[in-house]
Amino acid sequence: MSAFEPSATCPSHDPLGHTVELGRDRPILLDCGVGLSPVTVAYQTYGRLNADRSNAILLCHALTGDHYVADPHPITGKPGWWIDLVGPGNVFDTDRYFLICSNVLGGCMGTTGPKDVDPATGQPWGQTFPVITIGDMVRVQARLLDHLGIGNLFCVVGGSMGGMQVLEWCVSYPERVFAAIPIATAARHSAQNIAFHEVGRQAIIADPDWREGNYLQHGLKPHRGLAVARMAAHITYLSETALHRKFGRNLQDRDAVSYGFGPDFQVESYLRHQGSTFVDRFDANSYLYITRAMDYFDLAAQHGGVLANAFANTRTRFCVVSFSSDWLFPTPESRAVVHALNAVAANVSFVEVQSDKGHDAFLLDEPEFHATLTGFLEGAAEHRGLPRKGGTFR
Amino acid sequence: MMVVANGNLRVDLKLIADMVEPGSRVLDVGCGEGTLLAWLGRHKNVDGRGIELSMSGVSAAVSQGLSVIQGDADTDLKDYPTGAFDTVILSQTLQATYAPRDVLANMLRIGRRAIVSFPNFGHWRVRMGLLLGGRMPVTDTLAYEWYDTPNIHFCTIRDFLMLCRSLGITVEKGIALDRDGGVLPFDGQGGVANLLADQGLFVLSRPQ
Repeated sequence: MSAFEPSATCPSHDPLGHTVELGRDRPILLDCGVGLSPVTVAYQTYGRLNADRSNAILLCHALTGDHYVADPHPITGKPGWWIDLVGPGNVFDTDRYFLICSNVLGGCMGTTGPKDVDPATGQPWGQTFPVITIGDMVRVQARLLDHLGIGNLFCVVGGSMGGMQVLEWCVSYPERVFAAIPIATAARHSAQNIAFHEVGRQAIIADPDWREGNYLQHGLKPHRGLAVARMAAHITYLSETALHRKFGRNLQDRDAVSYGFGPDFQVESYLRHQGSTFVDRFDANSYLYITRAMDYFDLAAQHGGVLANAFANTRTRFCVVSFSSDWLFPTPESRAVVHALNAVAANVSFVEVQSDKGHDAFLLDEPEFHATLTGFLEGAAEHRGLPRKGGTFR
Repeated sequence: MMVVANGNLRVDLKLIADMVEPGSRVLDVGCGEGTLLAWLGRHKNVDGRGIELSMSGVSAAVSQGLSVIQGDADTDLKDYPTGAFDTVILSQTLQATYAPRDVLANMLRIGRRAIVSFPNFGHWRVRMGLLLGGRMPVTDTLAYEWYDTPNIHFCTIRDFLMLCRSLGITVEKGIALDRDGGVLPFDGQGGVANLLADQGLFVLSRPQ
């Protein structure tokens, strides 16, 4: 511990997180051709950066996640999305690793997104915000790391859209990533997933309060559209088994069906609740932009249609994880990534965790999943020369 | 089960481990919980990878920091580039593959050498079981009934050697083993081995 010198540019943990303005001198060039400047990034850190800056782990959040990984959400008050995994002696051991998570570009929890004011007009960006990609999100994260003085990451990890960012990191900045854990994700968004996203987007756009995306100027929010989008998406995060176990055909606060369209079934009531609580914390335009970014994601397409080419000469250690009942990002998607990595003789582990909890399993208590993460990190730490569990910083 | 109490490797795995060059790249196909890979990493500084069918095996292996993927010899070998490994190991698994010929060919494409072990269906006890009992043999090394066996492509040592010859594979070494994996004192490639060996262990190299 004595060798540890805290970095002037690496703030320690604050429950409310941190923000930094990037790109004022050097705009961040987006895939769509627009140079964005400046970009505010909201982020959170846990643990401490070691003296040789070799213990940083970047956590990438999913579509509707944010950087409150292990802190209560400032709006909902709910515990962080990976609170069970972050902490001293935990999977992401804050005694040994320095964890960073930033709200993605286009998000609505502090990082520049469509609900923020366009400095050029003084009005919220709304639909004039440039269309962003997963590559753009990662570009902004890389700038954040530059700002924090972190050259190389020990590990980058994330599930779902976070997993897409992990893969993008390994392809765009291979020399900066020692180990990578893409979870419940894919190297390209499938037609079915684009279709589900389109249903959500059309629900938002069909809401009269959306006002061509200018709802903030009208003091409105397209609550109904966004809630429907969330309801539809939420179904895709669960499994048939999990839904049935939780709700079956049970009725909500009644003994018989009502012969009407109120929430007769518990599952309906649950979905309505999911929809209505979501609109309190999420911006409708952010939802449009971020789902679009996922739709555009196709790593192979950027590399001559051959996914293996994307990973050529990679030296990163990979641990690919899927869940058996995930039908949004089913195991074959992960297997395609594994096959591409095998084709370039990459160092890869792959585990399909048996779970009936669907896509959301990566956010839930899955002991086998957590054991896999711990074991992989332990092996990677050993190869990186980081201290073992219970050890101190070098 | 895979490791004896003093932390040493099972006898047949130790034999295989001794044939692996220090610091080499090794793929263990059907690696189970990764016992051999872990030993090779620790004692021979081997850059090891594994493929394992069973979820519990993969999970146990990855949880101890090994690079193991969930997959099988029939479907996953074809992805690896030619010459990716120095040695590819297939221990007690060949007889459970759908296409042993393709598996063997792929092993020697992606690896410079292959080490293969399998139960010998030519063993006298197997022959006697079929000849006198008139039933599919169930022995210590072949412990399944015909209807629930994962072993779908049995071969004798002689069968195996003929397949190697037809694929142009060089057999560098053949070792005859007893049921416990102990080395028997005769040539692993001869007719005696085909009659008396419970298992065969072979070191193969790529066709020139």
